Amino acid sequence: MIAYIVRRLLYAIPILVGVNLITFLLFFVVNSPDDMARMQLGEKRVTEEAVQAWKDDHGYGKPLLYNAGGEGLARFTDTIFFEKSAKLFVFQFGSSDEGRDIGYDISQRMWPSLAIAVPVLIVGLAFNISFALFIVFFRATYVDLASVVLLVAMLSISSLFYIIGGQFVLGKLFHLVPISGYDTGLNAWKFLILPVIVGVIGGIGSGTRWYRTLFLEEIAQDYVRTARAKGLGERRVLFGHVLRNALIPILTGVVVVLPLLFMGSLISESFFGIPGLGSYTIDAISNQDFAIVRSMVFLGAVLYILGLILTDISYTLVDPRVRLQ
Amino acid sequence: MTPVLLWTDALIYLLLVIAIAFGLYAARHEHLRAPWRRVLRSRIGMATLIVLAGYASIAVLDSVHFRLKVDRPGGEPVYAPEVLSLFDLALSGLRERQEVTYSAPFATHLYVKEAVDLPGGGVTRAYPRLIHGGAHLADPAADRVGDILTRVLVGMLKGLLLWMAVVGALLWLSGRRRAESWRVTWAGWRSPGTEIPWTTALAVLGGLLVLGCVAGELAAEYHILGTDKVGEDVFYQTLKSVRTGLLIGTLTTLVMLPAAILLGIAAGYFRGWVDDLIQYLYTTLNSIPGVLLIAAAILMLQVYMSNHAESFSSLVERADLRLLFLCVILGVTSWTGLCRLLRGESLKLREADYVQASLALGVGHFTLITRHILPNVMHIVIITLVLDFSGLVLAEAVLSYVNIGVDPTMNSWGNMINSARLELARDPVVWWSLAAAFLFMFVLVLAANLFADVVRDAFDPRIRATR
Amino acid sequence: MTEPLLEVEGLTTQLGDEASPSRVVDGLDLQIASGETFALLGESGCGKSMTALSLMRLLPPGGRILSGGVRFAGTDLLRLTEAEMRRVRGGGMAMIFQEPQTSLNPVLTVGAQIAEAVRVHEGISQARIRERVVDLLRSVGISEPERRVEAYPHQLSGGMKQRVMIAMALAGDPRLLIADEPTTALDVTIQAQVLSLIKDLRRETGMAVLLITHDLGVVAETADRLAVMYAGQIVETAEVAEFFAGPAHPYSRKLMESLPSAEKRHGRLAMISGRVPTLDQAFQGCRFADRCDSVMPICRETVPEWHLLERGRRVRCHLWDTDVPPAFETSVDDESASGHSGVAAMSRDEAREPLLRAIDLKVHFPIHRGLFRRVVGQVKAVDGLSLDLHSGRTLALVGESGCGKTTAGKGILQLIRPTGGSVLYRDRDLVGLGHRKMRAYRKELQVIFQDPYASMNPRMLVGDVVGEGLQALGIEPSRAGRARRVAELLELVGMDPEAARRYPHEFSGGQRQRICIARALAVEPRLIVCDEPTSALDVSVQAQILNLLKDLQVRLGLSYLFITHNIAVVAYLAQEVAVMYLGRVVERGSVDEVLDDPRHPYTRALFSAVPSVAPGKRRAVIRLEGDMPSPSHPPQGCHFHPRCPLASSECARAYPPEIGLSDSHSARCFHLD
Repeated sequence: MIAYIVRRLLYAIPILVGVNLITFLLFFVVNSPDDMARMQLGEKRVTEEAVQAWKDDHGYGKPLLYNAGGEGLARFTDTIFFEKSAKLFVFQFGSSDEGRDIGYDISQRMWPSLAIAVPVLIVGLAFNISFALFIVFFRATYVDLASVVLLVAMLSISSLFYIIGGQFVLGKLFHLVPISGYDTGLNAWKFLILPVIVGVIGGIGSGTRWYRTLFLEEIAQDYVRTARAKGLGERRVLFGHVLRNALIPILTGVVVVLPLLFMGSLISESFFGIPGLGSYTIDAISNQDFAIVRSMVFLGAVLYILGLILTDISYTLVDPRVRLQ
Repeated sequence: MTPVLLWTDALIYLLLVIAIAFGLYAARHEHLRAPWRRVLRSRIGMATLIVLAGYASIAVLDSVHFRLKVDRPGGEPVYAPEVLSLFDLALSGLRERQEVTYSAPFATHLYVKEAVDLPGGGVTRAYPRLIHGGAHLADPAADRVGDILTRVLVGMLKGLLLWMAVVGALLWLSGRRRAESWRVTWAGWRSPGTEIPWTTALAVLGGLLVLGCVAGELAAEYHILGTDKVGEDVFYQTLKSVRTGLLIGTLTTLVMLPAAILLGIAAGYFRGWVDDLIQYLYTTLNSIPGVLLIAAAILMLQVYMSNHAESFSSLVERADLRLLFLCVILGVTSWTGLCRLLRGESLKLREADYVQASLALGVGHFTLITRHILPNVMHIVIITLVLDFSGLVLAEAVLSYVNIGVDPTMNSWGNMINSARLELARDPVVWWSLAAAFLFMFVLVLAANLFADVVRDAFDPRIRATR
Repeated sequence: MTEPLLEVEGLTTQLGDEASPSRVVDGLDLQIASGETFALLGESGCGKSMTALSLMRLLPPGGRILSGGVRFAGTDLLRLTEAEMRRVRGGGMAMIFQEPQTSLNPVLTVGAQIAEAVRVHEGISQARIRERVVDLLRSVGISEPERRVEAYPHQLSGGMKQRVMIAMALAGDPRLLIADEPTTALDVTIQAQVLSLIKDLRRETGMAVLLITHDLGVVAETADRLAVMYAGQIVETAEVAEFFAGPAHPYSRKLMESLPSAEKRHGRLAMISGRVPTLDQAFQGCRFADRCDSVMPICRETVPEWHLLERGRRVRCHLWDTDVPPAFETSVDDESASGHSGVAAMSRDEAREPLLRAIDLKVHFPIHRGLFRRVVGQVKAVDGLSLDLHSGRTLALVGESGCGKTTAGKGILQLIRPTGGSVLYRDRDLVGLGHRKMRAYRKELQVIFQDPYASMNPRMLVGDVVGEGLQALGIEPSRAGRARRVAELLELVGMDPEAARRYPHEFSGGQRQRICIARALAVEPRLIVCDEPTSALDVSVQAQILNLLKDLQVRLGLSYLFITHNIAVVAYLAQEVAVMYLGRVVERGSVDEVLDDPRHPYTRALFSAVPSVAPGKRRAVIRLEGDMPSPSHPPQGCHFHPRCPLASSECARAYPPEIGLSDSHSARCFHLD
């Protein structure tokens, strides 16, 4: 088990190097540091010296990938790529193009992101599982049919509609909650209600439908027939066997996204004006702040891999058949 | 008139050719025909297919581009800089009837007060009459409702006539092929329990035609979905957005398909280091958050385009290239899922008895893959294709909202929503742009989702086995 | 006569939707008395499992009981509410299923699953429940029940899982145990254990058993009375002894005659032509009429009535309409016997040089573990297998599941790369040949697989399937030539050449297996590895395939390496036998020598466990304890010694050498005398 985790962690290194290489190529091949400098300094009448000075200031003074002037290993280490990515591996994100410390920003902004993402996950999970169980209890009846139609319709509605509709109805029409904004500390709760409600409703269509499929798959299994042959009641069968077994894929499906909750939701955070990591990323994208985008890509990749490892571990905890090797 | 071939147009034609070729091929192979027949035999499958076909025909019409000749006496023929499509020509009325700014659906007056010169001199602030919307009415307050009702009736009549013509043509064709009178065919179609749900098909078709004709009749004199900030007809914008939505949904999968199939099967079939390498590749790509990858790529494209502005002859071409690039980058982020599925399936198929039997008969690797593996994973490809479609259409709207979607000058539902959402804050609310975009998108996505369910049921061997 | 425990009258069950319903059970009557074992015998798809599920009211979705009555211990089960029925399930009658693998919940401990049943039917305290669970486990012969309570199903072998299922069924002290193919998924030695357990439990508890099976041997050894089912109906009921002395219905008779055995080896097996009718049609007349040799015009018009014969024996056939017992023509013909001797003569010339020799063949699969996935062990699926196969003869490779026989077949064909040893085909070593070099030998060595449903690409026409080898090896490059050859081949295996233009799914299992044989024959091989080619088929269809294989051997001079677990087939088809245990051959020799005088203790136990329909032939079953060990950790010394009744200290030290008993007969054991 420990050997397995260590191996998976080691395997993460080449993946992260690959991720860095891809983002690096994306950013610098089309848009060389010279172009960046000119853009930051203003297009017109930029002297070579000014460009060079900007580059040195921001750490773009070296060759991109390969330093022909270097000695031995330094040919690879004395480059922008190495300097920029090696620091990421120890979670030193450096400073943004505006000069702010990215690491500090991230540590500040992850809390609002979590404040939305965690309640959405928990409430959504509870609601979707209960709804799916309800549908499965009435399987092959009109309740089932009507629910499935409702779910497909909800699934077909754009998430933007839920956000805009929620803001309009709850915020503007009934003035129940503020439309957007955020406050520090516990005062933030009233700003969180709307995003959480919208997030949960937006997830019902796909979530409940998926859980329903999982439950129906389990119900068709032979061991459910065995349970009935024992004389167990429908409630016992549903909760003791079907739910118990379907929880394995549900739980591991949740575990895989757990780390990514830190990243926040790009869309709803910027719609609701929540100062989380999602809106941080969006702002960076629209300001073309590459240092932030690259840090967020790296962070996202790390969290994704972490999610995969956690999923494997959680399998061993909930499914007695799985042993890691 | 000189034709203009945009990149996405070319790909749409390619897609059509592939679809037709596949259709002809499938018609001669029972194992391919059978699942599609199951799709056609389901009511929902048939109804959604017709709705989707309606959307698709708009997109195809909107993909034949050209420039019009400008009349200039004597001298060389000169072409207008504007790139138009067949669809634009058909809707030229809608395109050209611009107002000054916002107007509500079916309105005859603007939505905002403007300074109006009074006949007797002097200026007052009032809602001025629209230039086109309801301009034919002498007294809008009195005549408008009557006029609209008349037009609805006329439109319905036209739609019914058109529908009867189509049904008649279908009956005649089918009757000729089976050499029976049209009455027999008609009775056969109407009898309950037919193999193909003709009644559903014809009803949906009729509904679409009537709706289309009513809309056409009304749109001739009104802005049926209002106008936007610069006075453009919203109905026109929504229809133009159909092409963008469909393109994103289909071209993305088309672009990623070769890589996903090739790598997925190679990884599963050859195993060993090939498998390790491909797995590394898709795990790496997968671990980059999709939105960020798209954002980075689109940012780069923007920078590139602004640095090389001279190489694009028109705005349309530039927007088109951005759309294509968006499809490619969406494809890059979405091929990994299919690749992983295909890898798993190929791993399983490799051990199947019939593959082992082929190995024992000395069949080569290439033949084995094309003859045994590929045809037996095709159902996964088709299911993924239709399942991904609706998600991609929805993704377009979200990406355009974050400004990393299609070009802002391009008609798309995302752009419509993006530019209209701030207007919700106005009082009274300007709601029609949003409503129109959401409605058209919802109908398309709902049809696609329902269709995808039918296709999955028809193709998935596991589901079929339990029936 | 006392009131029967279970009385079923006119039970009719329908499956499927309204558009295409099929009556899987159609007007079924049966009676089971307290304490008796009643067998419901039939081939796959005849509705026997659906009968059991109807009795329990556990039909799958879409299944409905249309009419009939089920009286169990005085109550009509079909009138009970669902809540009342629940008390009958597990309490009055309990059921065990065919697949113990999937019938247990994989994520709950077996103790918890049994406890559930205990809790439902006995209102006892939490502490007592555990006691009762341990008792139940002990009563089904599970060693160390206190420890096994905590085990998960995947930690138990197939036989153990079935024991757990039985324990669960016993929890409510049922008066009737319905066992639906309880041993079909198990090996013969394990089957013998489970069957004797059921017998013992019945004696101790006095419960009745409804045994549902397709295996005539199991019926003969276990049941008191039986009913034969065909196409949704019972066609004959009788006492077991009388039935096997002479079945009354033509279908029952054919079933008996199509069973392969040593006595029938010089003739042909009886076959039932055609296939079982689908049940989604309306029947007119007797359902067996189309396949019956003694069919009369009346059979196609009127449904036969029940005829009451002596001693409660009943049959449903028009042949019994008159009072004179009908005479059956014997359908065992001996014409091929002469051809057979011809082969023998031919093979004698080549007897000295075997066509195929496997010497010390090893197929190991590495086990990776640890940080750097080092190889920490080997699954020794085949671990030093040696055998000789002579031209024109059949060598049966016999063994239980997991002994490595299928891997051995694939290793010989180089479909899996062997780890060591050599495979000599006409003195050329095939081991280590590359994909390209091996192609030269693909023409000579062919293979037929077990599952006819999985061994053909569902997306290819039958003609392309059969012609694949002709194309791949460049034997018939032209399309027309291929089509001609394919037509000949299809005719050779007794199929209509028109089949070439259809898809595999349009054919039944037996027909598909014929097509697979045609595919193998297409490249004119000298040797065919037959990997359990009949074990997925019903007895009557198995007879067709065995007859075909035998005919083809005579006509084409083929050699077969026949991999099987079915001893009766070995006796019928093979000339030589090799018995495998845990990756090695423990005994080999000619069929007569090995079958009549098995010398290795494992061979003896294996053969004694095979249920037989002939009452005189029955031997005392040598019960083996436990299961076959895992090939990743084979026991030290003789692999069989932990289970061997004769084991001595010597056996644990070294693997015994091969000891010759005659020119052809040898075994690897220290205790041969």
